[in-house]
Amino acid sequence: MNDMRRLERDVDTSDIKISAKGVQVYYGDNHAIKDVDVSIADKTVTAFIGPSGCGKSTFLRCINRMNDTIDVARVEGDIRIDGEDIYDKAVDPVQLRAKVGMVFQKPNPFPKSIYDNVAYGPKIHGLAQNKAGLDEIVEKSLRRAALWDEAKDRLNEPGTGLSGGQQQRLCIARAVATEPEILLMDEPCSALDPIATAQVEELIDELRQSYSVVIVTHSMQQAARVSQKTAFFHLGNLVEYGQTGDIFTNPQDPRTESYITGRIG
Amino acid sequence: MSSFWLFLIIVSLAVIGFFVGTSRAMSVASGDKRKLHSLPSYYGSNIAIFTIVPSFLLLVIWMLAQPLIVSSSVRSHIPADTIDPGSTIGLVMSDVQRLANGLDVAVSQGFMTEEDARSVQAGSSDIRARLGQAGVVLGSSVRPEVLQAAQEYRTMTSTGDMLRAIFVIGIALAGFAYAFRKTSVTFRARNTVEKTIYTLLLGAASIAILTTVGIVLSLIFTTGEFFSIQACLSEVDNYEQTHLAALRAADMNLQNCPLGNVALLDQMTSVTGETFSVTTGDYLSAFADFFFGTTWSPSFGGGSELGILPLLWGTFYISVIALLVAVPIGLFAAIYLSEYASSPVRAFAKPMLEVLAGIPTIVYGLFALLTVGPLLVSAFGDDGALGLNWMQGGTAVMTAGLVMGIMLIPFVSSLSDDIINAVPQAMRDGSLGLGATHSETIRQVVLPAALPGIVGAILLAASRAIGETMIVVLGAGAAARLSMNPFDAMTTVTAKIVSQLTGDADFSSPEALVAFALGMTLFVITLGLNVFALYIVRKYREQYE
Ligand SMILES: Nc1ncnc2c1ncn2[C@@H]1O[C@H](COP(=O)(O)OP(=O)(O)OP(=O)(O)O)[C@@H](O)[C@H]1O
Ligand SMILES: [Mg+2]
Repeated sequence: MNDMRRLERDVDTSDIKISAKGVQVYYGDNHAIKDVDVSIADKTVTAFIGPSGCGKSTFLRCINRMNDTIDVARVEGDIRIDGEDIYDKAVDPVQLRAKVGMVFQKPNPFPKSIYDNVAYGPKIHGLAQNKAGLDEIVEKSLRRAALWDEAKDRLNEPGTGLSGGQQQRLCIARAVATEPEILLMDEPCSALDPIATAQVEELIDELRQSYSVVIVTHSMQQAARVSQKTAFFHLGNLVEYGQTGDIFTNPQDPRTESYITGRIG
Repeated sequence: MSSFWLFLIIVSLAVIGFFVGTSRAMSVASGDKRKLHSLPSYYGSNIAIFTIVPSFLLLVIWMLAQPLIVSSSVRSHIPADTIDPGSTIGLVMSDVQRLANGLDVAVSQGFMTEEDARSVQAGSSDIRARLGQAGVVLGSSVRPEVLQAAQEYRTMTSTGDMLRAIFVIGIALAGFAYAFRKTSVTFRARNTVEKTIYTLLLGAASIAILTTVGIVLSLIFTTGEFFSIQACLSEVDNYEQTHLAALRAADMNLQNCPLGNVALLDQMTSVTGETFSVTTGDYLSAFADFFFGTTWSPSFGGGSELGILPLLWGTFYISVIALLVAVPIGLFAAIYLSEYASSPVRAFAKPMLEVLAGIPTIVYGLFALLTVGPLLVSAFGDDGALGLNWMQGGTAVMTAGLVMGIMLIPFVSSLSDDIINAVPQAMRDGSLGLGATHSETIRQVVLPAALPGIVGAILLAASRAIGETMIVVLGAGAAARLSMNPFDAMTTVTAKIVSQLTGDADFSSPEALVAFALGMTLFVITLGLNVFALYIVRKYREQYE
């Protein structure tokens, strides 16, 4: 009876964007994600925290099916976006990834010009009517990623020639240029100075107005600053998930508590 | 003592030196490794190096020098009047050496005692028959002075061998002792070993470079000879034209280059009143005839036209067809293998392609001659299936080009495969993560990233196509011709190099020497291509990190 009601509520509340149930991920014999259930709300920022190797990136990659590209990876369970099972045979992963953008943990600009890096997605999906429209998208995306001032005079130089932090922002610009509904960001500020970090956090907050954002971070302060919900992963398990304020002030699980107070990690 | 045994002795001394050095190091450090500058094994290696390197060098030098010294000394003792009019001292010396070796063989196989060998007389016993028993065949009956020289040769050689053994072993022991004495706690054995390894590697590298330089120098030298003959011949033409009447009157008919024939030159000057001399202009016209001449018709009697253009055209045409076949197929195969194929398919297909690369080119030539040529004729030839009558015979540019293309497929595909695999997975992830399809990712990210490397691979394939010989000889025919029809027989630079130098060519004639000029041209072209390819490949490497 109780179960029934909860199910109803899940379906009714239209602001659940991503819902995952019983997700298992195996890399060969390595059981990297163990039975994770999580519901990610629309128009919120959700932070994934947890010690290195606990499976944050792995779970993130399940949401846009990037694990498909890894031969040894095997995903089980049920992941729905807007109620649609993304692992269904009928779903085209290419379509899905256009909707679910991703910023990777390691900056990976293409060996093309800065301009072409940003214009890549819009060009593929035909988002711009003409050159002027494309220019506009590129400028807007670079501005949002706080890279415009540094890059505007060198748009034709290779993106691989930028510094590590600039590359990271270029990848953010590239991802937002395609206008995804969901943005997955894997440690987007790991190589950024405090000013650029603040700008990216501002961007994340701005994106929240229209999208849902999932961000992996090793910085507790950042999770506390930008996110409304926080999920704590440990050894492949989702240990605790709830309002960011609750997680940081009143953790229920002793593992969460020791992680955020710096005792494990 | 034979050089083989000597070598074994040095090596065993070095091995002993290694162990002695190791334990010596331990004992000077009174059993505590940490007191030593280097690990004990370095001290051992140090002794081994000092034992083996100087003595081995001495052995090699001795082995090179001794035969020269001995034979020059023996040669000076052979009286000049004993050499037959038709013979030379060199032939006599080779008789001497053969006899001396024959005696050695006979002694070592037990048909003669050492005493016998030393005391044989040319007349008293029939040496030929006795050596024949030992399996040594001598051409003519042995003359006393040859026998005497051979005996001298043997004595000198055996004394030399003995001295060699003494010196080499002496040096080895000296090196051993020297390095042993140097073994102390503070001695930097590790650095010495490091230096030796460095020298060894440097030596290997310099041998490779020196060989290249040697090859190039010999090519340049003979090419220069070719052009000076051609320049001289062109001056002969000029000279004949201007002094036609005078030369006719004197009944002189110049054909070869008169340089070097002083009497003839003097005669020419007195007949015509003009000294014969080769000018820069003649060189220029020789260069022009060679590099811009459109006819290739060598004739060993003289009056050949040696223009390289028809050959370059053939080379170019065949290579282009080969690349048109090899590049798309090879590249697509590489893309399939590296991007799409499942690992079982790859495990099967890659070795198959590599087998294709291992087939000797002569086999491809046979394939061209026996299969592809007739097949093409049956389609494009007289009464062919298409009724086109474009092709006269099985040997044609198309035949050779197609087969050469097949030969190059694995070359292009395995190089491109490596290059495509070197594009980081993160690059593909980035594109896929933006919602690009697999083939969009390949076209827009992977191939552009790999492009410089692929271009390099294609250029390397091109320089192989240009240098290929056997397929051309069997598949394209031997006619040098400037034609646009790909079904005509044509020939290439390499094929002509072979045909100019095979048979009983006179190596001082321009018709034979032209082969070196052709080789030099080809070398410059392929070198240029390779340098360009390497430049591009290297530039590509800098792109990631
Ligand atoms: N491509 C892969 N192949 C095999 N195993 C993998 C692969 N990627 C990750 N793993 C394994 O899965 C586990 C979780 O890795 P994951 O990258 O998700 O960790 P993470 O939480 O993102 O860590 P970090 O904070 O260091 O990025 C690890 O044990 C890792 O070894
Ligand atoms: Mg990670």
